[in-house]
Amino acid sequence: MSEPESDRMIEAEPGKTGEPGRTPRAGRGRHDDDAPPEEIVAIPLRHPWRNVVAVLLVLGLAVFVLDAAQRADYGWPDVGKYIFDRRISQAAWVTLWLTIYSMIGAIVIGLLLAIMRLSANPVLKSIAWLYIWIFRGTPVYVQLVFWGIVSLIYPVFTLGIPFMEPWVTIPNEIFTNLFITAVIGLALNEAAYMSEIVRAGLLSVDQGQEEASTALAMSWGQTMRYVVVPQAMKIIIPPTGNEVISMLKTTSLVAAIPLSIDLYGVSRGISAVTFTPVPLLIVASLWYLLFTSILMVGQHYIEKRFSRGTGRVQTGKEPATPGPAPTAVPGEPAPPISTDFGGKG
Amino acid sequence: MTDAPMVLAERVSKNFGTNKVLRGISLEVDPGEVLCIVGPSGSGKSTFLRCINHLERVDGGRLSVDGQLVGYRQKGDKLYELKLKEAAFQRQEIGMVFQRFNLFPHLTAVENIILAPMRVKGISKAKATARAMELLERVGLGDKGDAYPAHLSGGQQQRVAIARALAMDPKLMLFDEPTSALDPELVGEVLDVMKELAKSGMTMIVVTHEMGFAREVADTLVFMDEGVVVEAGPPREILGNPQHDRTKAFLSKVL
Repeated sequence: MSEPESDRMIEAEPGKTGEPGRTPRAGRGRHDDDAPPEEIVAIPLRHPWRNVVAVLLVLGLAVFVLDAAQRADYGWPDVGKYIFDRRISQAAWVTLWLTIYSMIGAIVIGLLLAIMRLSANPVLKSIAWLYIWIFRGTPVYVQLVFWGIVSLIYPVFTLGIPFMEPWVTIPNEIFTNLFITAVIGLALNEAAYMSEIVRAGLLSVDQGQEEASTALAMSWGQTMRYVVVPQAMKIIIPPTGNEVISMLKTTSLVAAIPLSIDLYGVSRGISAVTFTPVPLLIVASLWYLLFTSILMVGQHYIEKRFSRGTGRVQTGKEPATPGPAPTAVPGEPAPPISTDFGGKG
Repeated sequence: MTDAPMVLAERVSKNFGTNKVLRGISLEVDPGEVLCIVGPSGSGKSTFLRCINHLERVDGGRLSVDGQLVGYRQKGDKLYELKLKEAAFQRQEIGMVFQRFNLFPHLTAVENIILAPMRVKGISKAKATARAMELLERVGLGDKGDAYPAHLSGGQQQRVAIARALAMDPKLMLFDEPTSALDPELVGEVLDVMKELAKSGMTMIVVTHEMGFAREVADTLVFMDEGVVVEAGPPREILGNPQHDRTKAFLSKVL
């Protein structure tokens, strides 16, 4: 069916706009000619199937939207009723703070783990490896359930010599506070991913930088603080933004603890009373979408900012869609970043 | 200036695993002397240089700078490895210039130069900056203080790197193939700065492939191969009348 088209393409004849009598072929070998090369005038290749598919998709979408708009189960009036409900907006606030606290905890622990994994001490190295292995190797949902019941395993904290009368006994009030339990659970899980991101960032800084800094008599701490970390941030910040977006959605899993004051928990709580689950799922989704959209805009600018300047290319290792799929597997070297400053003027 | 050598190496050896990189290097560098080390790649020249400021640990023999053992402290007949802080303190007096410049890309030329004087020596920013501008002037880059390394040519970057090393007021400067990563037309500007530095009386050890520079500037030329010093002496003698077969073979390739 494309035959007539290809025929037409060949027909596109030269000389329509160019100087008469000069075909592109004839002009090819003549370098001394000052005239600009003749423009190609051709009928572009058609893609009929693309159009067919597009029309079908748009039609399908329109049918779905029109159908959904009048389907009673979606409960659109209820969506309108609950979208700005005080309980929902307060729960959205809880979700935001869960995200913020968990990420702060994850970044601090992740940095620590990354430094441990890069240390020369084999014990520190193995402990960090073990931690990452466990926390990345088990589902976050299962981990949250575990942290939810940890106060049953350890009802009190004691300080003293093992198997002797303890000196101090404190009731376990940390894991009986479900919000704190949720933050700890999420932070400990996320730390395993953050440590890999931080490690990849630290490893991306050329060895010569550390050497030059050492040769200038700077200590390890000074070298890290003034030379290595500022350069590693370029690699660390963009995927960390992705992790924040991912964390915002992962907070809905705190239902496993069970904590029910977050956005998803409260939506479910309301729908359990009103027997209208669908509109409240839509309400919760709209709030999540609002937050992730704002974060994605921020992420866009962060990535733009950190890919400019030195003319170096980003790793390209960040997952295309936000999600906990960061850079490296334990034991696998991080992507080397070229720090070739042997520049031309 | 005393008669004691600035650098004294006595049968210095260094292994990487079972690979013997240095097999007993002995040499002396007097204050104000310029020593050039040449030799084929893999001969241990760079490793020896890195041992001098303890970027690599010496495994055998004795190596001292200005009368102080590098990387170790001797108490009685026992040697103790220096703490990191003590090793850093020793390095303050030794400047190093790298083949790949290793400027800090996130800092401007001036910031590169003032970082260590401020953080290590506690010099005020104003003072350090004034000194940095002086040094940039000296290497011919007085107008490039605010430029980031990425915006400088290789030759300019290496001159900033030299200024950065000089900012710590070292007694000894080490150059590890400082012109090997440069486009040929940029080599001259770096060598000129080094010549000026040599004239000013700086003690320098230069690992290089620039035979012309070695002939003109070096007081002593050392030819190293397979981890040993094959031949050492005034550059004109070594280059003009090499005694050893290995030296002859090497020079016939590079000259």
